[in-house]
Amino acid sequence: MTTRTETFGKVADLIEPFNKKGIVLAEASTFAGDLEWDSLTVMDFVAAVEDEFDIIITMNMQAEIETVGQLVDAVEKLKA
Amino acid sequence: MSEAALTPEDVRLADAGAGRDLFSKFDALIAERRALLDTGVRDPFSIVMDKVLSPTRAIIQGRETILLGTYNYMGMTFDPDVVAAGKQALDEFGSGTTGSRVLNGTYQGHKACEDALKDFYGTDHAIVFSTGYQANLGMISTLAGKGDYIILDADSHASIYDGCWLGNAEVVRFRHNSVEDLDKRLGRLPKEAGKLVVLEGVYSMLGDIAPLPEMVAVAKKHGAMILCDEAHGMGFFGPNGRGVYEELGCEKDIDFVVGTFSKSVGTVGGFCVSNHPKFEVLRLVCRPYVFTASLPPSVVATAAASIRKLMHAGEKRAHLWENSRRLHQGLRDLGFTLGTETAQSAIIALILPDQETTVGMWQALLEQGLYVNMARPPATPAGMYLLRCSLCAEHSSEQVGQILAMFAAAGRAIGVID
Repeated sequence: MTTRTETFGKVADLIEPFNKKGIVLAEASTFAGDLEWDSLTVMDFVAAVEDEFDIIITMNMQAEIETVGQLVDAVEKLKA
Repeated sequence: MSEAALTPEDVRLADAGAGRDLFSKFDALIAERRALLDTGVRDPFSIVMDKVLSPTRAIIQGRETILLGTYNYMGMTFDPDVVAAGKQALDEFGSGTTGSRVLNGTYQGHKACEDALKDFYGTDHAIVFSTGYQANLGMISTLAGKGDYIILDADSHASIYDGCWLGNAEVVRFRHNSVEDLDKRLGRLPKEAGKLVVLEGVYSMLGDIAPLPEMVAVAKKHGAMILCDEAHGMGFFGPNGRGVYEELGCEKDIDFVVGTFSKSVGTVGGFCVSNHPKFEVLRLVCRPYVFTASLPPSVVATAAASIRKLMHAGEKRAHLWENSRRLHQGLRDLGFTLGTETAQSAIIALILPDQETTVGMWQALLEQGLYVNMARPPATPAGMYLLRCSLCAEHSSEQVGQILAMFAAAGRAIGVID
């Protein structure tokens, strides 16, 4: 298993508690559209991702991330 | 409201030939408000004070109403010395300066006001802005530049967030009042980068205070500078009324204190005080200071008079705390759910289950002659609906009794308490 696949799996696990609609996650799933998250949910979720990978995702970066795939790419880059 | 409701696909064009109406993004909010007002309640966000009788009483729609949501903590708005200072400045210096502080807009009164702040805070420097909002906008956007980091509490006031967006720094949030979360995030940032930790003494939605000694220790450990907003703490926290940071003994470690004249001081304007040796350069580089007109002479005169009186307001402070503790205890005893376990500040927040109950309660109070603030998401943390009370040193003990009776009646009528 590649590290990216592992990262996607971990991110998907972190999304689950906030996945109120029970959507099937894909690379292109969007946080605002598909998951219908508001800014408070985003805050809690980002904190969980940061703590899981021991990274910082600044609010500036968050503004550019719309899909699960983009988040996984960002995490991969920040971990390196 | 989910952000998904605002995607372009939802936008209906009025006619095929026209461009998209830029107001269409507000359609969901307009519909939600219309639905609420159609139930027959009054609009909590369009109250008009027809007459103001004192810091604690006004006429609203013909009814004499007790004001319990004004942030007029120290009741300085009708102080005879404060009003006289404003009238004199109006006569002697006119109605406005028509200019920036760095051009023709600095009068003797602006310097006198900054001198009053330096005396009140015991600092080397003070800079006055035209509003408290602009003070945060200016300080935060100017202090933290490209490549620097701003680390802020998730429940920060809108003016702090907007100060972040105005500047070019990297912005990092930590969970509200969590020392551990702040420590972890600071530890992940590059050691050599400039860092500004932004805290508030009192968080105004729930009226809770920050664990400043612990947060300051963590910020210093990681080499960050600290800005503390004392908008809701000035006047009645600490031996000199400087704020929560004074009360908790953090005076040596806070680099910048931001505050406002629109609460305890009783007029309008904002400021920052500091001992930083290079502080004065801000007057040249801080855009929200430079590119706006300065405060009118009457406003800075009332502010200076009020600040000097607040230095010797020990009895008023004691009465404000007595009022706050009594209202908090009384509302708890009635069975309301409150934002804090004890009265941590002069803000007491009632947490209510939903918008309908909150507006119903708010209107029932108003009809009895009591004005409180209603707050709803996104201004509130964790999507809460709140009725917020802010006490005044000029509320009499009798008024606090009346207020509690009105809450009891309204709470029972709406079914919030038994």
